[in-house]
Amino acid sequence: MLISALVMVLNKNAVNSAMCMIVALVSTAGLFVLLEAYFLAILQVLVYAGAVMVLFLFIIMLLDVDKEENYEYLKHKFAFIARLLGFSLLFFLVFNSFSETYLPSTELVQITNEGEAGTIDFSNTAKSFGQILFTKYMLPFQVIGFLLLVAMIGVIVISKKQTTEAEK
Amino acid sequence: MTIGINEFIIVSSMLFLVGFFGVIIRRNTIIIYMSLELMLNAINLALVAFSRFNNTMDGSIFVFFIMTVAAAEVAVGLAIIVMLYRQKQTVLVNELNQLKG
Repeated sequence: MLISALVMVLNKNAVNSAMCMIVALVSTAGLFVLLEAYFLAILQVLVYAGAVMVLFLFIIMLLDVDKEENYEYLKHKFAFIARLLGFSLLFFLVFNSFSETYLPSTELVQITNEGEAGTIDFSNTAKSFGQILFTKYMLPFQVIGFLLLVAMIGVIVISKKQTTEAEK
Repeated sequence: MTIGINEFIIVSSMLFLVGFFGVIIRRNTIIIYMSLELMLNAINLALVAFSRFNNTMDGSIFVFFIMTVAAAEVAVGLAIIVMLYRQKQTVLVNELNQLKG
């Protein structure tokens, strides 16, 4: 997964990097399965590897992006700063997580699929997702729905305005 | 061999860093967008790991919300990119300098 992510970032060809990104996303879904979050894994494959990547590929085909000329961006000064920042952060994280456990309990708790109302134990069924979404997280759920509506209207407005300007 | 939370967090942070590199290094707007998605994905992975190991449901719900927001954001952002491309005939960020005085 990490390799495909790296290939994605470093690839010249936009379509190739989109393909590698699909691999990275699907393997993230695999990690979700490993964490026994099956519903989220399915959601990951559907939303990311399905919808979002189709959108990306569509835009890449539509715009017909030409290849970037060379790897000169690897020598840019931002690249150096990024590498410095990134490796210091990585070192810090690795050091932190291996030195001592201020991370919570490192052994898995057995899943109980009871599905009672009010319980917020981890559970992988879609039923418990629905239960929590419609009880504890009702307001964020509504807000998210509204956000999707706003995004849809925004996209329509953006593309519409462009066509009218093109007609002038 | 059991996989603890540390491994998940390390993989997630590496994924985040790869996305971060992508955002900073690349000049193609679409690739930058994909790197942003990669970073969101890394955060999702960390959140699911934390929620699994803490035996709570909140992290998973939060991942659900993040996925929704990411989908909306990609739709809007790609529309903006298409509009930019129509106006400037390029998607490279160092040629999109019309705000420069």
